[in-house]
Amino acid sequence: MEETKLLSEHYDKAEYKTLDGYKKHGGYEVLKKAFGMDPKAIIAEVKDSGLRGRGGAGFPTGVKWSFLPDNGEERYLLCNADEGEPGTFKDRLMMEAAPHQLIEGMIISAFAINSKKSYIYIRGEYSVCIDTCRRAIKEAYDAGLLGKNIMGSGFDHDMDVYVGAGAYICGEETGMISSLEGKKGQPKLKPPFPAIKGYLGKPTIVNNVETLAAVIPIVKDGAAAYRKFGTEKSAGTKLFSVSGNVVKPGNYEVPLGTPLKDIIYDLCGGFKPGRKLKAVIPGGSSAPVLTAEEAERATMDYENLAEMGSMLGSGAIIVMDDSNCMVDMLSVIMHFYHHESCGQCTPCREGTGWLNKIVHSIQSGQGRLQDIQLIEKVSDHMMGRTICALSDAAAMPALSFVKKFRDEFEFYVREGRSKITKEVVSHA
Amino acid sequence: MFRLSQEGEEFVKNELTRYEDRQSAILPALYRVQKENDGWISAECITYLSGLMDMPARLIEEVFSFYTMYNKKPVGQYHVQVCTNVSCAMNGGRELFDALCKKFNATAEEMTADGRFTFSRVECLGSCGTAPMMQVNDDYHEDLTNDSAIALLNGMK
Repeated sequence: MEETKLLSEHYDKAEYKTLDGYKKHGGYEVLKKAFGMDPKAIIAEVKDSGLRGRGGAGFPTGVKWSFLPDNGEERYLLCNADEGEPGTFKDRLMMEAAPHQLIEGMIISAFAINSKKSYIYIRGEYSVCIDTCRRAIKEAYDAGLLGKNIMGSGFDHDMDVYVGAGAYICGEETGMISSLEGKKGQPKLKPPFPAIKGYLGKPTIVNNVETLAAVIPIVKDGAAAYRKFGTEKSAGTKLFSVSGNVVKPGNYEVPLGTPLKDIIYDLCGGFKPGRKLKAVIPGGSSAPVLTAEEAERATMDYENLAEMGSMLGSGAIIVMDDSNCMVDMLSVIMHFYHHESCGQCTPCREGTGWLNKIVHSIQSGQGRLQDIQLIEKVSDHMMGRTICALSDAAAMPALSFVKKFRDEFEFYVREGRSKITKEVVSHA
Repeated sequence: MFRLSQEGEEFVKNELTRYEDRQSAILPALYRVQKENDGWISAECITYLSGLMDMPARLIEEVFSFYTMYNKKPVGQYHVQVCTNVSCAMNGGRELFDALCKKFNATAEEMTADGRFTFSRVECLGSCGTAPMMQVNDDYHEDLTNDSAIALLNGMK
């Protein structure tokens, strides 16, 4: 199969990073078109397109925008470029290869929601993205594409980059707002949602990099054309970051609804000789794991993965072959959530710590059979009881791993070693 | 007593007016201090910043302690951060970390005796398709083997 490069067509061209190169391939033409439209019509088009947030939650973008109060109050647009969901590396590619595409998508979106100021919040480790975006913003200012009266439209907009400092939780939209306010990146209680009360208490829209870029083809060719890709409830294309044991890992843009097995075997070249599919985490490490049998029949869209008890998340597909020990994999994942819990809510702060301890205790040969039930019990107590979704994001993989690969956990407890005969390094 | 360079102080003062709220300048100010203080931030640095920014030290301390990219103790000339999250773990990230510590006679998070390196295990750096990887100071190095990583570090002046 071939990729469907609605967004990524020119990512392999070095010139696409620059303003001139971007313009050569039609850049900022859609912005010109947008300025000729009624902002409300742009919001309607985005709503009709069925575009859903590409950062993880999958919330309909046009609906999010329409939550803004219609009272002319000052409002902010924040681009969430704090890509941190393990397995995800698509926003990094988008910012490195096409910073002007993001900027154009942001100006169009800002015009639609009448925001005069936006920030791109980039995780601190992404130094290349930070430089590339800063340089592109400067080019845009110099060319009159940012600042006062852009392209003679009468619309003013300022844009800046804000650099994070190492915290997964800042990818949560209210955590990001706290961080941009110069505080600990702790999420805020909702409601009020950011669209009503966000950055500094002002209405704020937070959208992912890929979501904002996807606004361009929607405004260019209309909602109906966008809907030709994907499924009824999952419209358009999506960049999937594929990693793990496949022969050709990388970012691939395909229509939503594409069979997972086509991505694994066709685009990514399957597995090394002698290895076979064991499990797939389809949407970043927060997504419940799929068994090989489930992965063989899954399609990569919001509804099908939800029906299978997992989620599309950020589009990070982590593919595991039969050399992996699932106890070991879960121990890596639990260490991560324990490390990243912001500590604000007790069920998460304590729960992630306990899950990490229990799984590592099994891995060190000290596990008891009742520990497997204890993982389930602790996880149950972490779900839906906290300010943000990190607690659930830790509990979901834990529950799915022990449910679907129970024999491996039981073997580990009984024998004090992995059922998979690969040398396992401890992740203490 | 720590002080930023004149240029550094100008930078911080500029950041204080750059955003809608002065407090947003704390994160960039801490980065600047870290850069001018050999890669880490001491209690003395925070007291100094509090004075420079005319802000209670506890606001700065709170930010400093929350984020992992602000180093809490001295680091080597090269801060080597090896990702050991899922995709890297599947592709030898943990073995790479162990091999580097062994080769350079280092303990995790402790500066080597010659002051050249500090090795840390870190969470996902968004380089999962090119695993295993390490970040040395600001730069990513991807698709590594134990040998290529050792050669790379040996080649750093």
